[in-house]
Parts: sequence; structure tokens; C-alpha cells
Amino acid sequence: MSLIHKTAAELGRLVASREASAVEVTQAHLDRIAEVDSKVSAFLHVDAERALEQARTVDERIANGDRLGPLAGVPIAHKDIFTTDDMPTTAGSKILEGWRPPYDATVTRRLREAGLIILGKTNLDEFAMGSSTENSAYGPSHNPWDLSRIPGGSSGGSSAAVASFQAPLSTGTDTGGSIRQPAAVTGIVGMKPTYGGSSRYGLIAFASSLDTPGPFARNVLDAALLQEAFSGHDEFDSTSIDAPVPPVVEAARQGDVAGLRIGVVKEFGGEGYQPGVLARFHETVDLLESLGAKVVEVSCPTFGYALPAYYLIAPSECSSNLARFDAMRYGLRVGDDGTRSAEEVMALTRAAGFGPEVKRRIMLGTYALSSGYYDAYYGQAQKVRTLISRDFEAAFHQVDVLISPTTPTTAFPIGERADDPMAMYLADLCTIPSNLAGNAAISVPCGLADEDGLPVGLQIMAPVLGDDRCYRVGAAVEKAFTDRWGGPLLSKAPAL
Amino acid sequence: MPYDEALERFEPVLGLETHVELGTVSKMFCGCSTTFGAPPNTHVCPICLALPGSLPVANVKAIESTIRIGLALNCSIAEWCRFARKNYFYPDMPKNYQISQYDEPLCTDGYLDVQVEGKTVRVEIERVHLEEDTGKSTHVGGATGRIQGADYSIVDYNRAGIPLVEIVTKPVEGTDRLAPEVAKAYVTELRELLRSLGVSDVRMEEGSLRCDVNVSLMPRGSSTWGTRTETKNVNSLRSVERSVRGEIERQAAILADGGRIIQETRHFHEDTGATTSGRSKEEAQDYRYFPEPDLVPIAPDPAWVATLKAELPELPSVRRARIQEEWGVSDLDMAAMHNAGAIGLVEATVAAGAPAADARKWWMGELARRANESGTALADLPITPGDVAKVTELVASGALNDKLARQVLEGVLAGEGTPEAVVEKRGLRIVNDEGELSAIIDQVLAGNADAADKVRSGKIAAVGALVGGVMKASRGKADAGRARELILEKLGVEG
Ligand SMILES: [Zn+2]
Repeated sequence: MSLIHKTAAELGRLVASREASAVEVTQAHLDRIAEVDSKVSAFLHVDAERALEQARTVDERIANGDRLGPLAGVPIAHKDIFTTDDMPTTAGSKILEGWRPPYDATVTRRLREAGLIILGKTNLDEFAMGSSTENSAYGPSHNPWDLSRIPGGSSGGSSAAVASFQAPLSTGTDTGGSIRQPAAVTGIVGMKPTYGGSSRYGLIAFASSLDTPGPFARNVLDAALLQEAFSGHDEFDSTSIDAPVPPVVEAARQGDVAGLRIGVVKEFGGEGYQPGVLARFHETVDLLESLGAKVVEVSCPTFGYALPAYYLIAPSECSSNLARFDAMRYGLRVGDDGTRSAEEVMALTRAAGFGPEVKRRIMLGTYALSSGYYDAYYGQAQKVRTLISRDFEAAFHQVDVLISPTTPTTAFPIGERADDPMAMYLADLCTIPSNLAGNAAISVPCGLADEDGLPVGLQIMAPVLGDDRCYRVGAAVEKAFTDRWGGPLLSKAPAL
Repeated sequence: MPYDEALERFEPVLGLETHVELGTVSKMFCGCSTTFGAPPNTHVCPICLALPGSLPVANVKAIESTIRIGLALNCSIAEWCRFARKNYFYPDMPKNYQISQYDEPLCTDGYLDVQVEGKTVRVEIERVHLEEDTGKSTHVGGATGRIQGADYSIVDYNRAGIPLVEIVTKPVEGTDRLAPEVAKAYVTELRELLRSLGVSDVRMEEGSLRCDVNVSLMPRGSSTWGTRTETKNVNSLRSVERSVRGEIERQAAILADGGRIIQETRHFHEDTGATTSGRSKEEAQDYRYFPEPDLVPIAPDPAWVATLKAELPELPSVRRARIQEEWGVSDLDMAAMHNAGAIGLVEATVAAGAPAADARKWWMGELARRANESGTALADLPITPGDVAKVTELVASGALNDKLARQVLEGVLAGEGTPEAVVEKRGLRIVNDEGELSAIIDQVLAGNADAADKVRSGKIAAVGALVGGVMKASRGKADAGRARELILEKLGVEG
């Protein structure tokens, strides 16, 4: 098996034992990028020289007997919304084109320290607003299963990179489903950790109370190893939780559901869901029962209000978070010809620098926060948010985890929903409640839909700081399906 | 309209908003230094420049200082409160929102008692909250120094993110004609209180204490408040007083003419004492406040708050009452000392060994006069309480008389060194040498035979002229009492 098809855990072991060098592993992935990324467009920026330099350093340290982490020498791609002090960071926006941050995000820094090799930065919907990468100012990424389809979003470049074997691991951010949905539609594993479990420092903010950094990988254990490597309390993020990282790696190795109580969310299913998605989901429920889990139906009646609440809270926060892009200190500057006032330059820059979806959300949020409307919109949405958290709490009294399809449909064709924001927003129907409540949730592959042969994701939701449960159930499902399918789901993907 | 006439027709209602830059080592939400006067844009980092991805972390010391201010102002301290974002675009505010507090301030409902003309006026405090300062814009070119009409503007972000405490009073009614004095006394008292807490250097001229003054008028006999204006840029205690007076006169003139007051921000001009219109509140922006999602709520442990309260220093009003008792000073003298900013100086002079009465006499007499002449504050005179104590000691020991002492003070103020050095350099010691004094007397008697004869013939009162002659001849250094004794002795007259 070629190096690019190996798991991250295996690559880490090979580098540590010096059976393969970090340089060889990195070069193999750089070759793959050179070979296929012109079709996939997963990356916005690749720095081969810098990656090889980092790989040489890791090899030297290992030769010197330094004990590094289990992922030392393993390449990774970062969503281009995490700052990197040696590469540009654009957030998928024209307004930040060419900006080089003077500092590393905590996630970036911790992974560098763990010896991971940064291949480059991946594409995303502008400022993480979208479900398809079509809102990127730099053009869409493509789904490796069908290049005419979306790889999900907003972290679509990261999912596409991992699904097309250009990187064994990548980072993403999940504000309303932006890790789980892309993972589901590209047939890989994507995890949204508990809010506060991974640091937001250096993550360019979309919606501060929802944004959560998380891992992409082709298998559950690799995702757990990556999450563990960047998680934990960060004094630079006030909302970061000062508690031990849940035992995610142990849970991913354990992978068993015997005696576990699993709740099927009653509200997620039925009309609007693709039959092939529901079929795979029900098959998975049967599988879990056959593995010894007790599966019950659980009602979470407020989940139906999650989408509208989300589309008030997230735009409200974004309208404020994106105010800093004003042409004064960094990024694009338009119209500064000596005749215009600062206000005019700000307005021209923002008009030219932001794409239509970002503008739509800034306007939505500005309206929702404005005097006289605050209580009816933002205030009301916060109340719904509290009710959703209560529904989760009540559910987790009955069951250990909740499950649902990750997304109502498989990957849709590029362009299909581009002019219909509401249809686009529905892609996050099942993922949004966990963002509003801040609990952990993962998407793992559960088969291909019959009608289009495209991947379907299973979402597993666990309580706040119950991230290990996601991995435990995810690993059990992965193991059973791999046995049934005779290999990982991605082995069924067409060659690029 | 003249002030007296304005007051005959209208009753003023005051409100004061004071911004205090805290003297913490680091900024409110990052680790940058807060030191004043550094080269522009050197005390900055990704956080206070609002680089994408950066996040604020609240400075616990600043929260502590705010709670201490609240406690000193007799406020209730919130058990749980949040920061809020105040959204508006301005180039000197890097995030284009200010992290502040909105409907959940850290401290509420307190008061500060101030003394005006022997009366105690209770100024009620509505809230004390914590926020961050903005950067500082300088508008270059144009006539006004304001952003309108400027050729270009430059921004220094050193100040951006310095912790700022806002102290807001409730409307102050019933001050009547004393409104300007009450406003000044409030800011004076507040400044002393903040200084005694050690939370800020409270320098109005450097902007670490800034005051916005709200004034409205209601016709006599009415109980409905008028429309208020908010005067900004009031940068000295004297300006606080002048701006209130000026605004009362301006509003009264408009109202008397049947006009109406526009709710607006006005700018105070130090040079003319007048205010000019700023932006109108009627077209004011909607700040779209919402709870700051990047920060966790503040929930001060009640035990910690209790400890902070127990450890508050003696507050200025309490200290003044104690000192007045100890020194046995009248209310009027105490008020005079307070207004002159002399209490601390007198106290330090007493601590350096001077009797309270003497210390008070020099600071409130000769030194106050000289400060007044040179237009400086008493505290800014180039003389220390230790110097003044030394002078009182020299007088007490008989080495100086009051006249010489004044010359010594003059020398110290002129930078001639310590009191001892001035005495030495100027040769100001009282002539105690009997031989020298005797020689001077002989000389004076010889030159004033008429006066000497009068004394000899029993007109003792005429000795004054002879003593005066001795003092003149000795250039003030003779001990006048001893000179008188010696003259009478030499003329064979019983004193
Ligand atoms: Zn800073």
C-alpha cells in the first residue's frame, strides 16, 4: 500500500520507527497534491518547500532520539481560517487576500509542536459561511466521489483533501455543521468537539459562541489522535474549558456499544430526507442493535426551531465579528486615492471585499440586533437556544448518545442551490442543534445511497465533554461496516 | 443670559459621566503595557489591534479595581454580569466595536457626598462599569482639529484597550445656583477617592480622567426635566465648573426666547469657555449592544468582594474628618485647605515633624499666595513638605524669623536648594552674635540721636524706630526682641 493510503496512526508509527522518513511521507502527499488537486481544488495554498523543511526537522529530531507525539511526521492540511505565521490566511475572502498573520492559531501551534507537517491551507466558504465551498472567493472545491458535486462546507477543502488522499488529516471548524456535513458527503470522519474543548484563538471568527475547531480523518482513531493533539485548555481563549481532555483515543480504540443506550432523534427523518439517506440510517440502527446497543426513539421537540434560531444568532455575531475588516490595518483597501474619507474607504472596501452570502448575513445580523428588534429576534433566539440545551439534557438522562443522519441528502451538484439560500441552509438541519447546545457530535460513514451511489453520514451526538462517547460508538460502527463492506467506504470511491 | 437671571427663571439638573483609565500594568484584554507617552503604535499586539482570529482575555486586576471603586462609592456589586459589545465604526477602534458593559454593570446604586459652601450634597451614583479605551486619532490639517475638514488622520493604538471605568451619576437635582460648584466638587472628590484607592493616576490633562457633563434646565415651579445636552472634552476641574455655568446660561437664553434645546453632544473649548455643537443624539447610531460571546460572565466571589471591602484604604472624606478633629481646624479653614489641595501637603509636613498650625500657616499663607501668583497648583510648587517642615523648625529654634523664613521659601522655590542651603547662600541666619549686634546698635544710635534722646526722656514708644533701624542695617537678620533689650540697656532705660 502506498504511503498516501495509510492511516495517520500508521504513518506516525512508521516515522517514529524510522521505517519511513517524514520527508518521504510528506513528499508522497505533495506528489498526490500535484497529481489531483487541479481537479479537486482542495487547497488555496501549498508550500512544498516549507513542508519538506518541517519534515526534515522532524526526521532529525527523531534521529536524535527526541520522543515526539504519535502524529509526528504526519502531514496535515489546515482550513484557511486558522492563522499560520508562515503562510497566508484568507478565510476564503477577497478582503484578506495576501494577508500574512504575524501569529499562529493555538490549534496550528500545538500541531506544529506535536510534529505534524503543514502541507498547506484548504478552501472554504467565505468566513465559513456556507455548506458547499461555493461561497469561497477563490472558486469551489470538488467532491472526489463526483467532481461535479460539492464536497460540503464550509470546511469543504479540508474534507476533499482527506477524501482524495492528498492529506491523511485536516482541520476544520464547525459553526452549524461545517465539519460534520462535509465529512458525511465525502465519506470520511469529521468531529465537532464540545464547544470550549478546542481553542478558538487564531481561528478567524464567524460566530464566536458557536465556532468549534475539529478534526477530519479517514478513520475514527485518526480523528481522535488529531483531536487529542490540539485540544485542552488555552489561556488565550476565555471560553476554553479548563478540564481534562475526554479520553477520545482510548474510546476510539475500544469501539464497542454493548449495553449502551442509543436514542434516535424522532424529529430528524421523513419529509425532505433523501430515501437513500434514510435507508442507510435505518440499516445503521439495526446494526447498532445487533451489536448489543439498546436503541430507543427520543423526542426533542425544540430541535425544529434550531435552524431559525441559528440564522439569527450566527449572523448577529458575524455582523459584529466582521466589523474589523475596515481597510485600516490589514487586508484589502479600495478607493484610498486621497480624496475619500476613512468612512468612504471602509464602505468601498467592504462592498468590494465581501461576497454576497457574507453581506446577506451581516445585514441579517445587523437587523436582528438593532434597537426595537433585539428582543423579538436575537433575544428570542437565545431563549430557543436554552430550550434546545434542555431537550439535550433531558435526552441524555434517557440515553448515552443520540443519533441521526448527518445531513438530509447526499452531496448535491455544484450550482444546484447556489441561488437558493434556504435550500442551502437545510443541509445543516440535523447538525445545528449541537452547535447551539455546545455538545459533542461526530459524523462517520454509514454507506452509499442507492439512488446516487454517494456517501451517507451517521451523526452521533454526546453530552458536553462526552466526546469520547462519539468516538466509542463511531469506532464500533466503523469496525462493523468495514467488516461488512470488506474495507473502508473510501475504497469504493472512483479513481481520480 | 447672565447667570443670575438664568437661575431666577430656571432650575438646573446635572449629570456627570466620568471615564477613568485604570493604572493596571497591562491592558484590559491583552498583555500590552499601559504606560503613557510611548512612541505611537509600540504598545500593540494581535489582540489590541484586532487582528483576525485574536481573542480578548479579561484583566482580573482591572475587574478588582472596578469593584474597589464601586465599594468606595457605596455601590452594590453584581453577583453575575457580562461584558457587552457596543457596535459602531470608527478608525481608532480596532474591532469597530468596544467591549463595554450595557444592562449588566459591575457596580450599581451608590453615592458620593461632597461639600459645597459648608453644605453636604449627596451625589447618587447610578452605575460603575468596566470597558476598554479606544485608540487616539489626530486629525491633521483643516481648521478645527476635528475629523471634518482634516486633510488626513493618524491613529495611535497604544491607548486602545487600556481599561476604562465609567462612573455615571443619577440626575443631580436641587443644586440650584451651586450647580457649577457641585459639579466641580464632585469631580474633585471623585478624583481624590480614586487617587486614594491607587487605581489610577487621575490626570485630567493626560486624559486618564475625563468628564462629560450633562445639563438640563427646568422652569422654576416645574417638575419636568428639560432636554439635556452632554458636554465633552472637559479637561480640568475649572472647566467642569465653567462648562456647567456656560451651558446653563446658553440654555436659559434659548428657552427664554421660546426656543427648544436639542439633545446633542457639545464640545467644550478651554480657551473661550464656550461649547459648540457636536453630533446630534437624534441622529445617533444604534449601538446594537449584545452580550460579548468571546468572554465568560464575571461572577465575583462574595468572599473576595468582602475582603476587598475590608481592605479599602481610609477614604478621603473620612480622612478629612479625622484630620480636622486632630488638628482642631474650623469647617471653613478645612474647606479652604481642601479646595487649595493642601490637606495632603499639610499632613505630610506634619509627618515630617512640623506642628500642624505652622504647617497650615505656611501652606495656606505664603505658599498659597505664591502658587496663586504663578498660576500653579499648590502641589506643583517645587518645594517638598520636608522643606516646609525644616523651615518651621528653623523658626522654632530662633534661627529664622518669619520674614527670613519667607526669603528662605522664596529661595527654595527659585531652585537654590534646601532651606539650609538657602540660609547658607543668602546668609539669612538671625544675628545672634552679641558683639556684632551691639556694634550695629551703636551705629544706629549714633545716626539717630533724636530718637535716642526721646527714649532717654521716657518716650519708650520711640524705640520702635531704633529697632527698625537695626533691622534695616542688619538686613533683617537681627533678632528684633534682643535688639530692643540691648538698645534700652544702652540708653539706661527700664523696658
Ligand atoms: Zn495588546
